[in-house]
Amino acid sequence: MKPIVTIPEKYRPTIDHEACIRCKKCIKACSYGALEFKDDKVKVAKGCVACVRCVFECPTDAIIVNELPKQFAPHAVFSPEIRRSLISQANSGGVLLSSCGANAEYMDIFNDILLDAAQVTNPSIDPLREPVETKTYLGRRPGKVVVDDNGKIDLDASETPIVIMDMPIMIGHISLGSISYNAQAALFRAATQLNILAGTGEGGLHNDFYPMAKNLCAEVASGRFGVTSHYLKEVSCVDIKIGQGAKPGHGGHLPGEKVQKLISETRMIPLGTDALSPYPHHDIYSIEDLQQLISVLKESTEYKVPVGVKIAAVHNVGAIASGIVRAGADFLTIDGLRGGTGSAPRVIRDHAGMPIEIAVSAVDQRLEQEGLRDKVTLCASGSIRTAADMIKCIALGADVVGVCTSAMIAMGCTVCQQCHRGACSWGIATQKPELTSRLDIEIATQRIVNMFHAWNEELKEILGAMGIDSVESLVGNRDRLRYIGPNPRIAEILDVKHSGEGWG
Amino acid sequence: MSKEVETMMIDAGHRNDLGHPLDYRELNRLIREAICAGEERLVLMNVIGQRYIASATSNPNTRIEIHGTPGNDLGAFLNGGTIEVFGNAQDVTANTMNDGMIIVHGNSGDITGLAARGGTLLVKGNSGYRVGIHIKEFEGVGVKLVIGGFVNDYLGEYMAGGTILILGQGVEDSPVGLHVGAGMHGGRIYVRGPVEKHQLGPGACLAEMNDKDFKTVDTLIDQYEKAFSVEIDRSIEYSKIIPLDSRPFRGHYDSTTI
Repeated sequence: MKPIVTIPEKYRPTIDHEACIRCKKCIKACSYGALEFKDDKVKVAKGCVACVRCVFECPTDAIIVNELPKQFAPHAVFSPEIRRSLISQANSGGVLLSSCGANAEYMDIFNDILLDAAQVTNPSIDPLREPVETKTYLGRRPGKVVVDDNGKIDLDASETPIVIMDMPIMIGHISLGSISYNAQAALFRAATQLNILAGTGEGGLHNDFYPMAKNLCAEVASGRFGVTSHYLKEVSCVDIKIGQGAKPGHGGHLPGEKVQKLISETRMIPLGTDALSPYPHHDIYSIEDLQQLISVLKESTEYKVPVGVKIAAVHNVGAIASGIVRAGADFLTIDGLRGGTGSAPRVIRDHAGMPIEIAVSAVDQRLEQEGLRDKVTLCASGSIRTAADMIKCIALGADVVGVCTSAMIAMGCTVCQQCHRGACSWGIATQKPELTSRLDIEIATQRIVNMFHAWNEELKEILGAMGIDSVESLVGNRDRLRYIGPNPRIAEILDVKHSGEGWG
Repeated sequence: MSKEVETMMIDAGHRNDLGHPLDYRELNRLIREAICAGEERLVLMNVIGQRYIASATSNPNTRIEIHGTPGNDLGAFLNGGTIEVFGNAQDVTANTMNDGMIIVHGNSGDITGLAARGGTLLVKGNSGYRVGIHIKEFEGVGVKLVIGGFVNDYLGEYMAGGTILILGQGVEDSPVGLHVGAGMHGGRIYVRGPVEKHQLGPGACLAEMNDKDFKTVDTLIDQYEKAFSVEIDRSIEYSKIIPLDSRPFRGHYDSTTI
């Protein structure tokens, strides 16, 4: 007898057989085999994940996906989720995988923060009629202006390599492999159209994407996949990936099934083998070692592009950030624990790290105290869901925010958390040709462009309402935030006053 | 008679007013400018620990001779050309090398050949820990690492492809340390001398040498002998280490939707 216990179904599509025209589009749409055609009817099989692709495809709106009752006796401690995970582990003996960002409600602080607005004594600005600047600079600040003997600014001595973006937004690092060619093409094209940056992820850069390299940030991770001198010299900045918010301290693992021709070519690894990114960089055991990797990347790119470091937000993030800036990083990315992933052990995704709100404020404060803050660009990511999150994150201390999941949602992602299974019905987190072809690059690009354009307009609205005419003046402006959540200690650590506290 | 190639000499040990030798930034800038100006043969004299020498060099005709001791990250991201060191190299030599050749007439330090995927590295003497970590191969071409003496623990860790040969000269027993091939999922390691099962890391196993292996080893030894003008006794028995599986962590994870 097999020791396998079936886990109760979570979702179930219901078909309105009167409305159904038996076109079978839904059956083709379902990449999880949850629908079948039997006895001249669309019937429901097992395995629905609520990706709702079938709902999207149905021409007669005949499908509704319902969440099923939990099928477990209620218990205040052993939630259905916990019981499901225990059953699965007893079946498999494996480390539970998951994807997307952490799925636990207690970690959100953005919702406990309120923004300020100008009234009477500091007039607001109408961003539709007056200029409100959202241009953002990424790279090391020289900290001083050098003047030559004739009193003119010496540009060579005063300039460091910087990247100019039209919005304080960077599309985060999502590798080819974790997402499809079409999805990455759409992200990169959107970044080019918006004149912002997009991260390449650690999977190297496909030949077709080199024309967009000026809007790309290359990632050098522990696996060094696809990293060549040519690649480093073409992109506009280079990011050393130490950690990822969804899985701090964990490496990467692209299963062999996904390493097909396209991925093998781009990552420069054999077909069909697992693409493993070691947990640590084996050349980095200290800040001094990190300094070496930063320096060798600067040497290899002839000091023409900013070199940054990306870490997961962990408990000692302030001190680590300080070390990274001292090691010579031109920009620093902190990825909070709600950040996304194409695949991560559930136990790490949901339990390790720190929310980005706390991390970004802690790092901003620490760098400020040590006189380092004005030298470096601070990027923050880890579930920046909306323009409101972006604005709060900037006011907490970030210069730039990194966004991934929201850009995926713009493309079609429904956050069903199945990325690690490689069967994404929306053609995003998959390498199966019959699925990837579902994603139209042009439409996806336009949708991402639309969304970020709207965010930038919302940013201007808020800046105007606060009476601020440039996003740079909002960076670390924690005085314009107030805390309204349940735990005043969080407000203290964020260096944000409680709602109701004025200036004096 | 071969074409005379002009040689450009750089004195890396030249002291400035403060008594400091050439800074690595200055040295590397000079090298880059020389290559850019069409120089094909560079001789660096009195090198005294300057790091990142010749990183990202791409011209296949470039030949850089180094006298003295280069610092860490020698030839990082190397994409073509030859670097020959008359002395010892330090840590992370050939970091992520893609193509080209590095010859070291001495020892090299830890993590030699980190994540390299192409080209050749010949070290006359010994090397440190984690040699050939995460080296790879692509479209049948992989990096080749040959170490003349012994290496320390974690040889070929995470190895995804490529070839490592340890010649074990001057070593009585096994010329490799412990945890050989830990997590390896591609490529092959040849050791001229004994390797016991207990020395292997998870994911690696011992295998019999076949004709193809002997051919590969012979070619590499030819290269080694030519580079260092020495003769290697080929009659000593080889140990061959290969991965158990190209998917080492199959079954480790549970991807069930919960």
